[in-house]
Amino acid sequence: MMKRVLAWVDERTGLGRFAEAFLFQNLPGGSRWRYVWGTLVLYVFFLQAVTGFFLWTAYSPSTQTAWESIHFIQNEMTGGWLLRGLHHFGAQAFVVLLVLHLLQMVIHGVYRAPREVNFWLVLALLPLAIAMSATGWLLPYDQHGFWASRVPIGIMGVTPVIGPWLQKIAMGGSTVGHHTLTHFLALHAGLLPLIVALVLGAHYYLNRKHGFADAPKDCGCPDEKYFPAQFLKDAAACLAVLIVLLGLVLVPLWQNPSAAPGVHLGAPADPSEQYSAARPEWFMLFLFQFLKYFPGGTEVWGAMVIPGLVMTVIALMPFVAKWKHGHRFNVLFIGALALGALTLTRIALVQDSKDETYLAAKELDRRSSERMRQLVSERGIPPSGGAALLRDDPFTQGPKLFAKNCASCHRFDGHDGTGRKPLNTYTVRAGDTWESIAEYRFTKPEQLHDLNKSLNGRALMPGDQVTVYARPWAPDLKGFASREWLAGLFDPARVDGPHYLGGTKFKDGKMVKWVKKNCTPEKAGDLKKVIAALTAEAKLKSRAGLDKADAEVIKQGRALITGDFACTDCHSFGKKDPDATAPDLTGYGSRAWLLRFISNPNHADFYGKRNDRMPAFADKKILDAKQIGLLTDWLRGDWYVPPKTGGK
Amino acid sequence: MQKEPATPGAASSPPARREFLKQGCAACLAAAAVGTPAVLGTRVFLDPLTRLKSVETFVKVTTLDTLPEDGTPVQFPVLADRRDAWTKFPQVPIGAVFLQRLSKGKPLALSVVCPHAGCFVDYVEEQQGFLCPCHNSLFLKDGGLKDEQSPSPRPLDTLEVQVRNKNEVWVRFQDFQLGVTEKKPVA
Repeated sequence: MMKRVLAWVDERTGLGRFAEAFLFQNLPGGSRWRYVWGTLVLYVFFLQAVTGFFLWTAYSPSTQTAWESIHFIQNEMTGGWLLRGLHHFGAQAFVVLLVLHLLQMVIHGVYRAPREVNFWLVLALLPLAIAMSATGWLLPYDQHGFWASRVPIGIMGVTPVIGPWLQKIAMGGSTVGHHTLTHFLALHAGLLPLIVALVLGAHYYLNRKHGFADAPKDCGCPDEKYFPAQFLKDAAACLAVLIVLLGLVLVPLWQNPSAAPGVHLGAPADPSEQYSAARPEWFMLFLFQFLKYFPGGTEVWGAMVIPGLVMTVIALMPFVAKWKHGHRFNVLFIGALALGALTLTRIALVQDSKDETYLAAKELDRRSSERMRQLVSERGIPPSGGAALLRDDPFTQGPKLFAKNCASCHRFDGHDGTGRKPLNTYTVRAGDTWESIAEYRFTKPEQLHDLNKSLNGRALMPGDQVTVYARPWAPDLKGFASREWLAGLFDPARVDGPHYLGGTKFKDGKMVKWVKKNCTPEKAGDLKKVIAALTAEAKLKSRAGLDKADAEVIKQGRALITGDFACTDCHSFGKKDPDATAPDLTGYGSRAWLLRFISNPNHADFYGKRNDRMPAFADKKILDAKQIGLLTDWLRGDWYVPPKTGGK
Repeated sequence: MQKEPATPGAASSPPARREFLKQGCAACLAAAAVGTPAVLGTRVFLDPLTRLKSVETFVKVTTLDTLPEDGTPVQFPVLADRRDAWTKFPQVPIGAVFLQRLSKGKPLALSVVCPHAGCFVDYVEEQQGFLCPCHNSLFLKDGGLKDEQSPSPRPLDTLEVQVRNKNEVWVRFQDFQLGVTEKKPVA
């Protein structure tokens, strides 16, 4: 019965005869491992088509939903991270296998007649694969994808004559936006795979038409049928590739089970937030490095003319091979090319591994990405997209605002909030020595020597330019109004140091004098109570438990502030004192207090006319209310912290 | 190209001409049938080319007080309404500028976009200049090219600045064509 059905189908369609010719094709000289490359390329394309299709079913191309939908695939959908991981590494495998296939064809001279067209088809797949990869980078619309794709789009623009138009069509407008994503998706999942499928089909068809290769002479190996001999080798090789790809996704998870599974998804793209670690995929690094050697205006040579010429030389290889030493030339040429690309890749990797800006940007991206995962799980993604979560997050924005607006005077744990130590350039004047310059900035001469290696520690001469750590003009605000911070303020040894009032005009002021005179070891017990009472005013989120437990101590401390310690001689506390000359201690360090303080330190409740140099950030319109709020919350350590899960 | 057997009594020119007309018509009809949807589609696809960028106006970036006295450049985000296809975003960051105080006159505004390939440059205090993290183009503090070998074809793009109400810094925010020696605004 079955046989009759099959016979009927074959008679009407010819499928049976085709399948038979396909499966039982004769291989002169038998099956060979080196015949698997073509099948591997086809297999990985199939893998990409399948994984890509299912990713597509859950992907939404717009600037407010692209990152968000990928985040959902990656973190919420069952097995989404594995699917995305396979697709991610599959894309790289496709390029790698194509290159190996091409190398193999050149080395074994499989481009000779009648297989020239077959060779060209593989060559044509190379730019197609790169285009697929380049259009794929942008789709997750994370910081990395956004910034990395700016470069190829930029390069498109330097194409002679049509560049600007080409660029505009690709982007679907003047800047990267919704239509860039829809265009890239249409190319990535529609047009390009269609072309690749046609080219691959033609390649496979021609491969069968001409046979895998000429029969090896004098090898004495018997002919074999494609099935099962070569089929087995093909299947084994495909499975090996799949195992490697799965391993690439799974091994990092196995090594670090607590990390987010699957390949990295950075923070959502933000056009105003530069990402200094934008790099193309590793297999394009050589071209990226190559472009560095082309001075301004000659970029078109590095990006188009030279790669175009190289491709032309490769395309002409079947004809070159007709010349006596032609084949040898071809092998040498492709070998040199591969070696050159490897060298350039290595240079690029080594340069990046030493580049602090690059490493810092990488680290920042890793942290923002991790932070996004926390925020999304806590708050969910608003309709305006995920980027808004980071923009409204004190933990993310606080350090940046501090670095820009506060760090010219204040420090945060010795740095500018983001981990950098503010630097200045100083022009040496007569009489300056390393020691005097260092002392003024609360640093050591050795540190300055390290910053100025080119001067080799020689004596300074007027007019020398030296890089110095900027002098802090105001207190270090790490842990402001906490017990630890206040303990330092009331320490006679530290109050006029760089962390507190040492850099300010109050260095020899009343507060410093008072601390030096009154904060003696005998009064340590009472001082502790005062500190507990003061920090309770701040209502710091992280210390709520302590404040509650110390209710009695705080009560005693409050009495000491107005009583024994006589803080109220200068400060207001509890009730407004019109004669107060120092900042109000009522609600000291609380959110409301700090908001008002940053908004206008010149207010009579704070420094009044005695203010050293702190700008009135709100009144002078330097920061808006939201920014001051973010800064305040960050300084007070008030941001969303994910609940601790078991383990580390 | 096997010729159809000629119909009886049609050995001379008229049938040949008719045959030619027939072929021509067939080609035209097929082209029209296949081409129309393709042309329609392409027309929509090329829509971005006919859509001109809305005229850039001045945007308030910050106040003079925020610029360091010593002339160190500081990067500020540029907020403005932005239209992206179907979405209108009110007051979102559309880019960023470096502002620096000059000894006299208005502050200097430099685009943060490297004219080479469009990465954002960083200000590096030790170098007293700007460095592009992508292909290492190096610029002076005033935006000029530090050395001829930099991949960037031109200095950092300066942007027009206005100081309004004595304190507010307004900048005419523009994008410029990348990769070319001439500074041309993107249409």
